[in-house]
Amino acid sequence: MPKRSDIQSVLVIGSGPIVIGQAAEFDYSGTQACRVLKSEGLRVILVNSNPATIMTDPEIADATYVEPITPEFVEKIIAKERPDALLPTLGGQTALNTAISLHEAGTLEKYGVELIGANVEAIHKGEDRDQFKTVVEAVNARLGHGESARSVICHTMDEVLAGVEALGGYPVVVRPSFTMGGAGSGFAHDEEELRRIAGQGLALSPTTEVLLEESILGWKEYELELMRDKNDNVVVVCSIENFDPMGVHTGDSITVAPAMTLTDREYQVLRDIGIEVIREVGVDTGGCNIQFAVNPEDGRVIVIEMNPRVSRSSALASKATGFPIAKIAARLAVGYTLDEIPNDITEQTPASFEPTLDYVVVKAPRFAFEKFPAADATLTTTMKSVGEAMAIGRNFTEALQKALRSLEKKGSSFDFVSEPGDKAALLEKAAVPTDGRINTVMAAIRAGATQEEVFAATRIDPWFVDQLFLIHEIAEELRGAAELEPGLLAEAKRHGFSDAQIAAIRGLSEEVVREVRHALGVRPVYKTVDTCAAEFAAKTPYFYSSYDEESEVAPREKPAVIILGSGPNRIGQGIEFDYSCVHASFALSEAGFETVMVNCNPETVSTDYDTSDRLYFEPLTLEDVLEIVHAEQQAGPVAGVVVQLGGQTPLGLAQALKDNGVPIVGTSPEAIDLAEERGAFGRVLTEAGLPAPKYGTAFSFEEAKAIAAEIGYPVMVRPSYVLGGRGMEIVYDEPSLAGYLERHAGLISEHPVLVDRFLDDAIEIDVDALYDGHELYLGGVMEHIEEAGIHSGDSACALPPITLGGFDIKRLRSSTEAIAKGVGVRGLINIQFAMAGDILYVLEANPRASRTVPFTSKATAVPLAKAAARISLGATIAELRAEGLLPAEGDGGTLPMDAPISVKEAVMPWTRFRDPSGRGVDTVLGPEMRSTGEVMGIDNVFGTAYAKSQAGAYGALPTKGRAFVSVANRDKRAMIFPARELAAQGFELLATSGTAEVLKRNGINATVVRKQSEGPGPNGERTIVQLIHDGEVDLIINTPYGTGGRLDGYEIRTAAVARAVPCLTTVQALAAAVQGIDALTRDEVGVRSLQEHAEQLTAARRA
Amino acid sequence: MTTSAPGSRIPAVLVLEDGRTFRGRAYGAVGATFGEAVFSTGMTGYQETLTDPSYHRQVVVMTAPHVGNTGVNDEDPESARIWVSGYVVRDPARVPSNWRSRRSLDEELRKQGVVGISGVDTRALTRHLRERGAMRVGIFSGNALPDEGTMLAEVRQAPEMAGADLSAEVATEEAYVVPAIGEKRFTVAAIDLGIKGMTPHRMAERGIEVHVLPATATAEDVYAVAPDGVFFSNGPGDPATADHPVAVMREVLSRRTPLFGICFGNQILGRALGFGTYKLKYGHRGINQPVQDRTTGKVEITAHNHGFAVDAPLDGPAETPYGRVEVSHVCLNDDVVEGLRLLDRPAFSVQYHPEAAAGPHDAAYLFDRFVSLMEGQRA
Repeated sequence: MPKRSDIQSVLVIGSGPIVIGQAAEFDYSGTQACRVLKSEGLRVILVNSNPATIMTDPEIADATYVEPITPEFVEKIIAKERPDALLPTLGGQTALNTAISLHEAGTLEKYGVELIGANVEAIHKGEDRDQFKTVVEAVNARLGHGESARSVICHTMDEVLAGVEALGGYPVVVRPSFTMGGAGSGFAHDEEELRRIAGQGLALSPTTEVLLEESILGWKEYELELMRDKNDNVVVVCSIENFDPMGVHTGDSITVAPAMTLTDREYQVLRDIGIEVIREVGVDTGGCNIQFAVNPEDGRVIVIEMNPRVSRSSALASKATGFPIAKIAARLAVGYTLDEIPNDITEQTPASFEPTLDYVVVKAPRFAFEKFPAADATLTTTMKSVGEAMAIGRNFTEALQKALRSLEKKGSSFDFVSEPGDKAALLEKAAVPTDGRINTVMAAIRAGATQEEVFAATRIDPWFVDQLFLIHEIAEELRGAAELEPGLLAEAKRHGFSDAQIAAIRGLSEEVVREVRHALGVRPVYKTVDTCAAEFAAKTPYFYSSYDEESEVAPREKPAVIILGSGPNRIGQGIEFDYSCVHASFALSEAGFETVMVNCNPETVSTDYDTSDRLYFEPLTLEDVLEIVHAEQQAGPVAGVVVQLGGQTPLGLAQALKDNGVPIVGTSPEAIDLAEERGAFGRVLTEAGLPAPKYGTAFSFEEAKAIAAEIGYPVMVRPSYVLGGRGMEIVYDEPSLAGYLERHAGLISEHPVLVDRFLDDAIEIDVDALYDGHELYLGGVMEHIEEAGIHSGDSACALPPITLGGFDIKRLRSSTEAIAKGVGVRGLINIQFAMAGDILYVLEANPRASRTVPFTSKATAVPLAKAAARISLGATIAELRAEGLLPAEGDGGTLPMDAPISVKEAVMPWTRFRDPSGRGVDTVLGPEMRSTGEVMGIDNVFGTAYAKSQAGAYGALPTKGRAFVSVANRDKRAMIFPARELAAQGFELLATSGTAEVLKRNGINATVVRKQSEGPGPNGERTIVQLIHDGEVDLIINTPYGTGGRLDGYEIRTAAVARAVPCLTTVQALAAAVQGIDALTRDEVGVRSLQEHAEQLTAARRA
Repeated sequence: MTTSAPGSRIPAVLVLEDGRTFRGRAYGAVGATFGEAVFSTGMTGYQETLTDPSYHRQVVVMTAPHVGNTGVNDEDPESARIWVSGYVVRDPARVPSNWRSRRSLDEELRKQGVVGISGVDTRALTRHLRERGAMRVGIFSGNALPDEGTMLAEVRQAPEMAGADLSAEVATEEAYVVPAIGEKRFTVAAIDLGIKGMTPHRMAERGIEVHVLPATATAEDVYAVAPDGVFFSNGPGDPATADHPVAVMREVLSRRTPLFGICFGNQILGRALGFGTYKLKYGHRGINQPVQDRTTGKVEITAHNHGFAVDAPLDGPAETPYGRVEVSHVCLNDDVVEGLRLLDRPAFSVQYHPEAAAGPHDAAYLFDRFVSLMEGQRA
């Protein structure tokens, strides 16, 4: 049966900003879906507030709305576009929840929009825990297998307490309903923990509902990915087994595909249950993910949960098997059946089959606890990782070791050299799941633990434990061998040892090991991910390396460009870089090159086998990249390697690649180095006559002290060569400086520390530009909303700049050009300036794609990354203008007067983290980047654009109610006008005594409320924190105090996070918010697609 | 080296009849073995595969790299012994892990004298077989291996699968009865051409008392048990040689006794109806094969193990001496005939394995169809 003919247009909802638990994987799935629907001839309307996504590229959908994903805004889009159908299953929990709200509000019915992909009843059955229990019972009645953990549903704390009794006591699992990534769930071992976790869970759940459940800690955990079509054909795409047993969120577990420790009988039981569950729930055109726990003692199967939509696991499963779940889900949603859809990889066989793997896939999570030192790093059922790496090998050991080195984090690979420590202590440590537990287990093995001891401590399946022992035995053999003979070396490589690991064990350098290995002819081969274990020929070159016999890389004619991706997402290096890599691939393919992508992040569009001509799913280390370059050079001509687009990861490899004879295209590694090295860069600035804040480079505390004394406190200190402001701090005095250097001894052991003058009260400006050696194209100028000192990644910004004039732009342009020329840029450069008084300081320059490239590209309707890729390979800006890739005239610095204003807002992961005693972590912004994602608000005026950015990031700004104001002394003057405006909008202002006094003296009425430190009043008057917790405050303005006092507002801000009250921590944000509230109040907020904005811009540019 | 299963120090060589060789390590018993090289793509179910009599005289290459992870238990074998003549894996488990596991696979292979090889590029070998077709192979292990020329000569002397009549070698010599589970509703005579244990079990679950008869059973033997239905099992070898079971089946068809065949049984039905059979280039062996039931249009994921197939027309019913027959099931990967159904008599068969051990249970409804046929005959 062909596709439905009654659907001509489809609205696809994306997943919004990258947050923990909902990341780039939904860009991957959404992009696939939009492309498929468009190729089916449907009009695709897309809404997603995240500008860093490929799916919001104007060519992916017919009408792209970068608007907040809230029922209000989506309704506006529906009213305008009148789509026939809404596909909500590809944008994570955000899309699903929005679709349900629209359904419940009657919006879908009102506009005659059909929900496709999943029906409301199925969504409820899958997501509502009570209903899902009924589903599992029905399945059990049919199969005699599968049950739910014994549980009780609770809506109040009293019910929660009674529930524990009913389950027979602690520990219990608490799971709030309808939250994504397991937000708010956890184990409660006693009443205190229970009250905390369940209290928060009740607050987080949109239905004020939590489920209490018997503990199945330590059981084996599995997942199945299933797809079903309207003819009731069901296939299991992939089985996944968690290395970490039950108790750790699957997003935080090391996971393995296919399942490794199930007999066929047990596997078929899971499969039967999975199929009956998808039928019973009623997902009839799409995919779902089902999680199981299996008791290792007797095989009892508990069905934990199901997601009636495309999920993070389905993205992983797609990459792990080559079966594109989202793409097929989109086809099923418009009426195709599985047997009508061809398998892309074989082209000859249909999608109605189950992939079989002749390799092993390991996914490892990437955490960012170093960014949140106060947060509890214990892994629980709430997801805390910010990214992941996937690796493929021909066996588990190879895949595991590749995955660990793909994480690209100090200490992530097994260490066989340093002193392991005390066995008993290590086993005790390994008993608690944390980031790096697997390394602790390896240390315990090295310290003499037996397999039984490791299992007893961790409950990690004995087969996996033995695999770790196997790795350890090889390491010992490497250590003990008289010489590195070919058999042993090959054996070590077959089990995933890197040259660096072998070098460390043998006391050699990595280069020497590599030379020996090459001399002995021990090199990897590249195998194909083909969905069918070689039963049919694969047409899609999706490769992974293995130390095996036969390589499958085919010769080619066209020159290849190898693009290095950005590796696992982490704070400071995320989807924005993937965006640039994907764009480079598209642009270079169009320009006649064969594109070769290298990346290890399964969440991304770059690792979709459709994106580039060839895909190598490989770690981004020097060794792995050199081998790929070698393999591709054997296959045909290689024009060069692109390193500037994937962020710090490929950039860090540039020089070493070049030293190994690999051609690097675009800005040379020497130029990159020039910009990073402060002394050399300082000379560039001096030659160009540009001021930079006073700074110095220190290799010791003595040097740092002298520099700081000369510059004058406060100073900003940070290690060189880091991204995302890792380790960056504002230091106010000498003791703090000493403390800083002690804390970051690890980071600065390899690189010196930079000490900069901290510019208080300066306006920070970001510029993205292209330079081809002759001409500069100013991509865009972004004015930060928060003052300098807050990491640019965490700061909101506006483009075009809202307070800069023509003269300023002119200065920015000439400075940018001078730097680009001085550094020797061929491609993109990002420069951060600070305007203090009337002086334009250069803070730093990065000759590479920046985090803001996608935002700038979307705000100005110019594909900067594509242009950069072309310039890297020799095109000039003039040529690109002639071609039409860049505008014929003008650039991002000469935007027409009526150009739309775009505001980028950062999204912070505060709600995800708690300290060990369960309190929230502080939300104050600083020089170290901590945001996970971003949204964009675009409109004709700043206020509306800012309001949209807030609605997209945190929920809409309030237009009435109570606003609490408490600001640092230095902000008190700047606060008066916006506060007056708030009062004029009808807000009741609350303030602590000091702030209230200032307001009153300026004729603004404010109600005095008690500080938390004052405690409740004699008549039970509540403190501000209590008021926030009681839901009586609608907006919070709380700017942190300067030196020493940064923790004063801690409890206010954490309460704001807990109650999801908008909380502004800078006075500049307050001013912007007031403009936004004004726009909202006047109800002037409309929606407009990027295509419409672009049309207006293009027309204005021509005029 | 302590890096893999015991015996791994011992070198082994796999030699294909076209001269390609793979070097690895001994796995299971040490010695020499010969057979037809075939690959199986199932990721689970090695115990069932090893004990499936249809693999008699075949050297099975496992495409899944890790084999033996769940050890060996006493419940999952499909027959009393391992039938594969040789076993090729990449990474054998050192430590089995499963609550039902009794011993390691390596131990079991050695106990049963099955010669295997580990540590070879099984994907390269699979691709070779895919491109060149299934062929004869030898595995040689031990510390003193003959030279390659000698090994190759030995491989080329081994018998070919085409023309091999093997049912009698694997089938039971004595008839036996598998009692119905619960209330007995029917009696079925099952001709054992290499029957898997799960097949009579699936029937027994449906109230069928199964009389399993030797491959040499005659029509008289079949009707001696007063069957409500007759079943022809799976089994090894070339269906072109199975003249005796074809003759027995024709008798069953003439008597209009409900008939069901699986795998080899499907090929025998094909021959009984006058169709030819032919050898597939590299066969279907795995548990992920999409088969479409042409009457309902539904797709089932099925377990396959066949190197031969029936040559019947796909484009509509054909006339046979027993009335019209249609191709009821096809494999969507390559349009191979996967099932036959008589329209005028109560008989049908499938080329794949609805008993599904190992494999998905999607096709279990076929046993219900058999029951319906027997019910229909009674009514």
